[in-house]
Amino acid sequence: MSHDLSPLFNPKGVVVAGASTHPGKFGFVSLHNLLANGYEGNVFATNLEAENVLGVQTVGSLDEIPYGAADLVFVCTPGKVVPGLLRQAAAKGIKAAFITSAGFKEAGDDGAQAERDLVALAEELGMVIAGPNGQGVISTPVNMCAQIVAPYPPAGSIGVVSQSGNLVSTFLNLSRASGVGVSRAISAGNAAMLDVSDYLEWFGTDDATSVALAYVEGLTDGRAFMDRVTSVAAQMPIVLVKGGASDEGSKAAASHTGSLATNDRVFDGAIRQAGAVRADGLEEAFDTAATFATQPLPKGPRVAVVTTVGGWGVLAADAISDSRLELADLAPDLFDEIAKLVPPRWSRNNPIDIAGGETRDTVPDILTIVASHPAIDAVLFLGIGIQSNQARLQREGGFYPDHGLERIVAYHERQDTRYAEAAAEASEASGKPVLIATEFAVADPNNPGPATVRATGKYCYPSADRAVAALAHTWDYAQRRQRRSN
Amino acid sequence: MTADATTSTHDVTWSEHESKQLLAQHGVAVAAEQLVHSGEGAAQVAAAMGFPVVAKLCGRAIAHKTERGLVKLRLGDPAAVDAAVQELLAAAQPDDGDVGVLVAEMVSGNRELIVGVATDPQFGLTIMVGIGGIFTEVLADVAFRLLPITSVDAHEMIDDLASQALLGAFRGEPEVDRQALAETLLAVGAAAASVEGLTSIDVNPLIVVDGKPIAVDALVVTL
Repeated sequence: MSHDLSPLFNPKGVVVAGASTHPGKFGFVSLHNLLANGYEGNVFATNLEAENVLGVQTVGSLDEIPYGAADLVFVCTPGKVVPGLLRQAAAKGIKAAFITSAGFKEAGDDGAQAERDLVALAEELGMVIAGPNGQGVISTPVNMCAQIVAPYPPAGSIGVVSQSGNLVSTFLNLSRASGVGVSRAISAGNAAMLDVSDYLEWFGTDDATSVALAYVEGLTDGRAFMDRVTSVAAQMPIVLVKGGASDEGSKAAASHTGSLATNDRVFDGAIRQAGAVRADGLEEAFDTAATFATQPLPKGPRVAVVTTVGGWGVLAADAISDSRLELADLAPDLFDEIAKLVPPRWSRNNPIDIAGGETRDTVPDILTIVASHPAIDAVLFLGIGIQSNQARLQREGGFYPDHGLERIVAYHERQDTRYAEAAAEASEASGKPVLIATEFAVADPNNPGPATVRATGKYCYPSADRAVAALAHTWDYAQRRQRRSN
Repeated sequence: MTADATTSTHDVTWSEHESKQLLAQHGVAVAAEQLVHSGEGAAQVAAAMGFPVVAKLCGRAIAHKTERGLVKLRLGDPAAVDAAVQELLAAAQPDDGDVGVLVAEMVSGNRELIVGVATDPQFGLTIMVGIGGIFTEVLADVAFRLLPITSVDAHEMIDDLASQALLGAFRGEPEVDRQALAETLLAVGAAAASVEGLTSIDVNPLIVVDGKPIAVDALVVTL
């Protein structure tokens, strides 16, 4: 069944039920996070004593909230009062609840019954409920950080959903660090009414979301889940990480096929069949989602590596050879064009090791020429930030700004800035992925190389291997989508 | 692990011959074979088929033929066939139920694949293709999909196998005909869909002969 999740993700107002004056309580933290990140709708809060919390004059009960002023109630109360709250909320025109409260399915049989009753009540009231036992919901188009944990991510187009609340935070932390932003994020909690596939389905209809990133462990109805993933993946890339993947599965099977049919292998095949992408771990998942969010889909497998660092180029070539991508052959016309821009000792092959050519100022032109060549489908640029790294040492080394250091430091930093900008422009002009990888992405994020990559709205990959793995996933997705649309 | 210990008492294991007939009806290329009940008949069948042939004891309750020595390979003349059939029929035990002897053409190739259908507790019927032979379980180079599958799925399953070099030209044999293999997968899927209460199918081995996959042994299990 499709649910309208707009009240959950785009509410015109939020009521924090169970607001607290104690800064360690969920009822304080959630109100704090909502206010601190500039939520643009109405904010209300309830508190048994009607205290002032963070400057918000709370009310003693939901009955005192104006009708029609809020769509979402964020519940931080003990579990047993939640049914009553839902009735009061529905009476005020509230259409969605995010329930952080514990004491439901995770707490045993009685809790499971209470959870079923809660779903039945919500259906009767015409409300959608997220959770219970979830950490919260993020929606950057309305600046909403309704969650009991940090962080709040930059705005972007990745939609995150997870069966584990802490993994939502992990993805949001990676978003903050990389600058590649998030549209919506939600912790499914016990997924009493809405499970991961409900959120994926809604992301598929959401203009603010261009790629879905999901963490799943168990599925209650595998076929229904895959049917939904199939229909969403036809519109939008879905990147999934599966927990519990080491399960040995059907040991008891009598048939050869059955003994080979581990849960993990079957899930893996089903995900591929659905046209979605399964990532191997959290970093790969985020790398891949960030690639979908910030680069065009590759139209072919041929990758050109442009590098100022010999060893990195070799390792990138190895990674490409081990993947489903191809190390592109340099066409004679492209070879000749590059040769005009680099010293004679360049690699004369792909990886295009430009052998100090960066000092000749030609990196931007090379990126443009390579990306625009018809026999190249994607470009990976390596070696950004090296000059700025020396500039940093010179800036901090005690001699700055004398001895000509001021001028050379500025020059080096300007060069790395130009490279990152040129890569973004080459991608824009060619409609092809142009990826940049450097360890400075994590080793020194303030280096003008990675800093400018972020400023252009792109993702700076921490290694060539990770860039290649992510690009290979986007190529797989592009092919599967193409085959399924024929 | 024995079939008796792990198969529910309600499961029915089809004989190899019945299993292959089902697969053949849906388009799986199956090695030529005939069920006989005497040594004399077998020799005539083998002569018509061309030597060498294989003889296997065949019945619904018989699994683990190789372990019990119930497969006789490379029978090169009528006398060898006659003797093998007598021996197989004599080796049948009361528990084996109604038995016959399958006389089949001797199919040989350097490459063995495995195709099968299994019931997943979460997803229901699934289909698998993999690298077969004695290292099947160790390598576990297999790809699964949920049934039913499309032609695109079948081709992608083959692409998913890690041992792509084994599917190319190999030791003087041509590359595996991927279209024929994809059609085999679709045919096995269709066979699975045609049987009420199907639990599993093993097509093992599926031997590659001149690039084409030929089913040499098969087992269908139903509720």
